Amino acid sequence: MSQAQATVSLPEPTVISRILRGLAGNRTGTIGFVLVVLILAAAIFAPWISQYDPAAIMTGPRMAPPSSDHWLGTDNLGRDLFSRVLAGGRVAMLVAGASLGAALSLGLVLGLVAGLGPRWLDNLLLLLFDALRSFPTIVFGLAVVTLVGPSLFTVILVVAITSVPIYARIIRTQAQSLRNAEFVMAERAMGAGLPRILFVHVLPNVLGPLLILASMDVPLVIATEAGLSFLGMGVRPPTSSWGVILNDGYNFIRNSPWPVIAGSVPIVLVTLGFTFLGEALRDIFDPRLQKAN
Amino acid sequence: MIYYATQRFLLSVLIVIVAISLLTLMLHVVPGDPATMILGPRATPELIEQTRVAMGLDQPLPVQIVKFFGRILHGDLGTDVFTGRAVSDIVFEQLPYTLVLIAVSILWSSVLGIVLGCYSALRAGTWLDTLSGILSVGTISIPAFVMALYAVLIFAVSLGWLPAIGAGEGFFDSAMHLILPAFAIGISWVGYIARMVRASMLEVMGAPHVRMARSFGLTEARIVRAYILRIAVQPAVTLLGTGVAHLFSAAVFVEVIFARPGIGALIVSSVNERNYPIILGAVLVTTAIIVLATLLSDLTVALLDPRQREAL
Amino acid sequence: MSEQKLMHSSNAMRGDDHVPLMLIEELSVDFSTARGPIHALRHISLEVAAGRILGLVGESGCGKSSLAYSLIGLLAGNARITHGVIRLGDDDLAHLSAARWRELRGKRIAMIFQDPMTSLNPVRTIGQQMMDIQYRERITRAEKRKFAVDFLAQVRIPDPEARLDSYPHELSGGMRQRVCIAMALLTRPDLLIADEPTTALDATLEVQIIHLLRELQQKFGCSVIFVSHHLGTVAELCDDVAVMYAGEVVEQGSVDEIFRQPAHPYTQALLECDPGSIREATRILPTIPGGLPDLRQVPTGCIFQDRCPQVFERCRREHPGFHLGERTQMARCHLIEQGEMTP
Repeated sequence: MSQAQATVSLPEPTVISRILRGLAGNRTGTIGFVLVVLILAAAIFAPWISQYDPAAIMTGPRMAPPSSDHWLGTDNLGRDLFSRVLAGGRVAMLVAGASLGAALSLGLVLGLVAGLGPRWLDNLLLLLFDALRSFPTIVFGLAVVTLVGPSLFTVILVVAITSVPIYARIIRTQAQSLRNAEFVMAERAMGAGLPRILFVHVLPNVLGPLLILASMDVPLVIATEAGLSFLGMGVRPPTSSWGVILNDGYNFIRNSPWPVIAGSVPIVLVTLGFTFLGEALRDIFDPRLQKAN
Repeated sequence: MIYYATQRFLLSVLIVIVAISLLTLMLHVVPGDPATMILGPRATPELIEQTRVAMGLDQPLPVQIVKFFGRILHGDLGTDVFTGRAVSDIVFEQLPYTLVLIAVSILWSSVLGIVLGCYSALRAGTWLDTLSGILSVGTISIPAFVMALYAVLIFAVSLGWLPAIGAGEGFFDSAMHLILPAFAIGISWVGYIARMVRASMLEVMGAPHVRMARSFGLTEARIVRAYILRIAVQPAVTLLGTGVAHLFSAAVFVEVIFARPGIGALIVSSVNERNYPIILGAVLVTTAIIVLATLLSDLTVALLDPRQREAL
Repeated sequence: MSEQKLMHSSNAMRGDDHVPLMLIEELSVDFSTARGPIHALRHISLEVAAGRILGLVGESGCGKSSLAYSLIGLLAGNARITHGVIRLGDDDLAHLSAARWRELRGKRIAMIFQDPMTSLNPVRTIGQQMMDIQYRERITRAEKRKFAVDFLAQVRIPDPEARLDSYPHELSGGMRQRVCIAMALLTRPDLLIADEPTTALDATLEVQIIHLLRELQQKFGCSVIFVSHHLGTVAELCDDVAVMYAGEVVEQGSVDEIFRQPAHPYTQALLECDPGSIREATRILPTIPGGLPDLRQVPTGCIFQDRCPQVFERCRREHPGFHLGERTQMARCHLIEQGEMTP
């Protein structure tokens, strides 16, 4: 009976206006949205925002506090901290985008295989997910670094691998519940093939929750990147990263607090922004939670 | 319950086995000769050959994995190529420091978090509820290693109140050295747990069975203790179980930043030496502890809630 | 039973000779919402006679559950009693302290809820919950346990001793509702409120539970308020009935009278729509056209005017008061006063 309704998906403008209206009515959601837009803009337009080269070692003052020349001060090599923070933001966004993109697509495939495939494969994959989840992200990351060496790519690889189980599990659950849903049963009875069921029913239904989850995962990814870079096991100098800035700052923590502050505030802002945005989106799209409110 | 516990335990063992196999496999998936990679470019051919035999790398892969598990069952995690000491000795020497750190962090943060969450739920809308909400969001947004840096900056460098370096000697000194690290690891968990307990308390408080208990005139205190808390605390228990993995991650940073001994510091220094056997041993022990913690939290939830005992 | 019924039917006087247990006078309840208050109950006056079963019927949203909850002080947080009194003994339940409420609940008043699947605490055994509610009694645990077994047997639960150690999820819905009934009766209440206790159950179970309620009510002699949207059930179980529409009681009286000769056009329509009363073979279920009025803006005049087939000018202008029909029957309708009542 609900088959006709189920195949009709909402036209795009409705979804976007629904999101915008939902965000406008939610104070933390608005804050999150603005923060995320600002952070993304800062990352994209970084080279045009600051006149300094983030990697250039300058003859000017070292460990200087913020001034009109250097908005966030300079580090132990005289580099401009503001432009280094902006450059670090680009790295952070790159890692977040690449690793979450990889994790999402891999998780989608594995989740669908587990959810719709034979029982033994499902059990095997679940076991694999549980095993991967039982490694602490950083410890697993360090083990990988030992083998392949520290680099931007290693960080992306580590985050992608450790995030796959979360997404795959959610897609698996969704796919299983949809497989037994009445309207899908009806379609199968009418002879619809697996691809049609996948693309018409399963994908549109899981994509929303996944993207929301991914948004709330960004802070975790960025903390992992910054953490590995802080330990010297992630992004390598002279490339800037918030973790690298923090590491330099930590080594000279008794001389000046500014590098530590400059490296940590953006991490906190990213976390707040993406968490608020993700929670607001969840409230807009999760009818179950809406009812509870 | 016993059936459930046995099942869960066997599953946990299986998970550890798969996890270890993954780590061992990784060594071989990576291009290049494992022995050369472990020893680095300075290694002489004799040393490489010696390592190869010592680690059993000259044998086929399945044999290696089976032999590896055989040795693990005997408590043998291999030998450190550089010092010749047993890996298990090195790991278990460092483990207690990390375990104490994590245990203290969990303890203070979960007690405070549960109390704060309950209070917020029972007094929803008051200024203390709002304040705890803001603090929760604030602390959750700060990663443990950033928190650790600020702890050093404020309490050790600026104020000079607490020691920041090392683990200390003797009980009192050790306790003083624990304060800042345990604070840095635990603070964001206070927020997590408080928010989670508050949300689930509010949900359970609106449940029909609570209304029914009220309809019999049971006192609020009795209802909260016997009817609400046992259900509302479950998500927090599950969170703590799965959270132990995150705590180990946080411990890595905290041990490096506060220059404390521990398994995290051991792993970081081994990465610098590219000492894979030690890393393998350390990760193995860590993973086993994490799986055990998850198992314990699952069993606790099953003890609290009879409905969970059949779910597997 | 027959004695009571006989006394009632032989009574030719207007009004009621029964001793009232509870008197509700002019009770009004508001729900505050973001878009202004909803006047959910307005000027409800009812009498609950001692030892009798009063049925509260009406469509969903008519306020029958709100009325039931206000009688045990368990209204939702955004609800407020704005007017009226609820007399029970020396207490006015409309203005009662939280402490006094706790003394009354589970002692003079008990309640059976709609959904037995969620009404019992999932992490305590049946026995624990049945012993919890005897916290007032100064008796040993063994005695409390014995009482619990006793009452489980009263509601015909097989092997009650063993069931005490079961958790709710191990019992079926019907069994759970029996447990709830046993718990409510265990406190020996003067008034038992049953809020659609059979709605969540299937038809066979419904009949069993109704018979059980009737039997136990006679055994314990308590008054019962039975909330239902099912007229057949009310006719079978209740002595008196109050028909509610959009937050008002539109007609009340003894079951015999009202079902034989409904006075209010709404009651008449409700009876016509009851599938059990349709005698001719038809494929179309009759419905009452129109919907409930918006209770933020209560219209002037009769609350049923927009859906009433016999509406006339006065109904738009003036809110009808209660007009007496035969014996105990009363209805809020101008037609009765004008003697144009058409049964």
